[in-house]
Amino acid sequence: MSTTNTEWPLWEVFVRTKAGLDHKHCGSLHAADPKMALQMARDVYTRRSEGSSVWVVRSDQIVASDPGDKDMLFDPADDKVYRHPTFYKLPDAVDHM
Amino acid sequence: MQASIQLPDDPKLQYLLRIGDTCLILGQRLGEWCGHAPIIEEDIALTNMALDLIGQARGVLTLAGDQCPQDYDEDQLAFLRDERDYLNPTLVELPRGDFAFTVLRNAMVATWLKLLWERLRDSSDAELAAIAGKALKEARYHQQHAADWVVRLGDGTEESRRRCEAALARLWLYSAELFEDDAVDAAAQASGLGPAASELREPWLAEMREILDAATLAPPAETTFRSSGKRGVHSEHMGYILSEMQYLQRAFPGGAW
Repeated sequence: MSTTNTEWPLWEVFVRTKAGLDHKHCGSLHAADPKMALQMARDVYTRRSEGSSVWVVRSDQIVASDPGDKDMLFDPADDKVYRHPTFYKLPDAVDHM
Repeated sequence: MQASIQLPDDPKLQYLLRIGDTCLILGQRLGEWCGHAPIIEEDIALTNMALDLIGQARGVLTLAGDQCPQDYDEDQLAFLRDERDYLNPTLVELPRGDFAFTVLRNAMVATWLKLLWERLRDSSDAELAAIAGKALKEARYHQQHAADWVVRLGDGTEESRRRCEAALARLWLYSAELFEDDAVDAAAQASGLGPAASELREPWLAEMREILDAATLAPPAETTFRSSGKRGVHSEHMGYILSEMQYLQRAFPGGAW
């Protein structure tokens, strides 16, 4: 039995709010191809002046870590305080590091 | 019940109403897709475009109101005229049809408005030139978005192509009106207010041919049929859309929220 896929692929949307800042993930949408995905992203995620640039990427192209590996991957960093540069005495002028 | 407003017989006012009413009525038609588009992303896109058009209508109708001795505001012009005083071409008042009909009409009107706004940036009326500068950006996007859909549907499945061809055969009849000149155009051309309707015909046809080519569709042959909405003589559909638009202002004069 053959099935026809009538669902458009899923895309992840990243919006940059203004020049100099990073693109931030803001959601996802369905679209048939890259051109449509960009237009839909513009219409769905930048209606209230949120953006100055948009990236879209096929969701199935993103390689993600396995939630089951969370303990193994990330917990070991919790007790390595010396990896944070908190032991330096900073001059007052650079207070907000 | 709020009585209808009366308009002076002024070619500048009529030139502005032809533009403002085009945006107003097509904006209302596109709003009818809210909650009904085939996918939610396109639902939002169509209503975005509707709101862009309403915004353009507000600017142009405000300017049109300034031309009247009674100094009408945008709401009075939008909601308190008789049908004969609306001067949009018939094309934009036709019922929304199916999705192919909607995107093809959007492509036709956006292409026309884009060419018009481009020229109106040089209008002798500074306010109209400023409105055109802002509206042009919106019209460029509307054209791109609609043209993409025309290409997808025209060069798509058997069904999408059939619907596209049917929409094209019907809509094309109403395009001739967009490019017919009369005294209003002559006055606008003479005063530098804006281009005569016929000036946009060749560039519009060239851009539409490009879109239709990409969609593997062919522009239908010219006919002698002429619609007459921009002279105030509308199709049978106009009364219905106006009654829906006007009901609230007529029932609750000056109502705002």
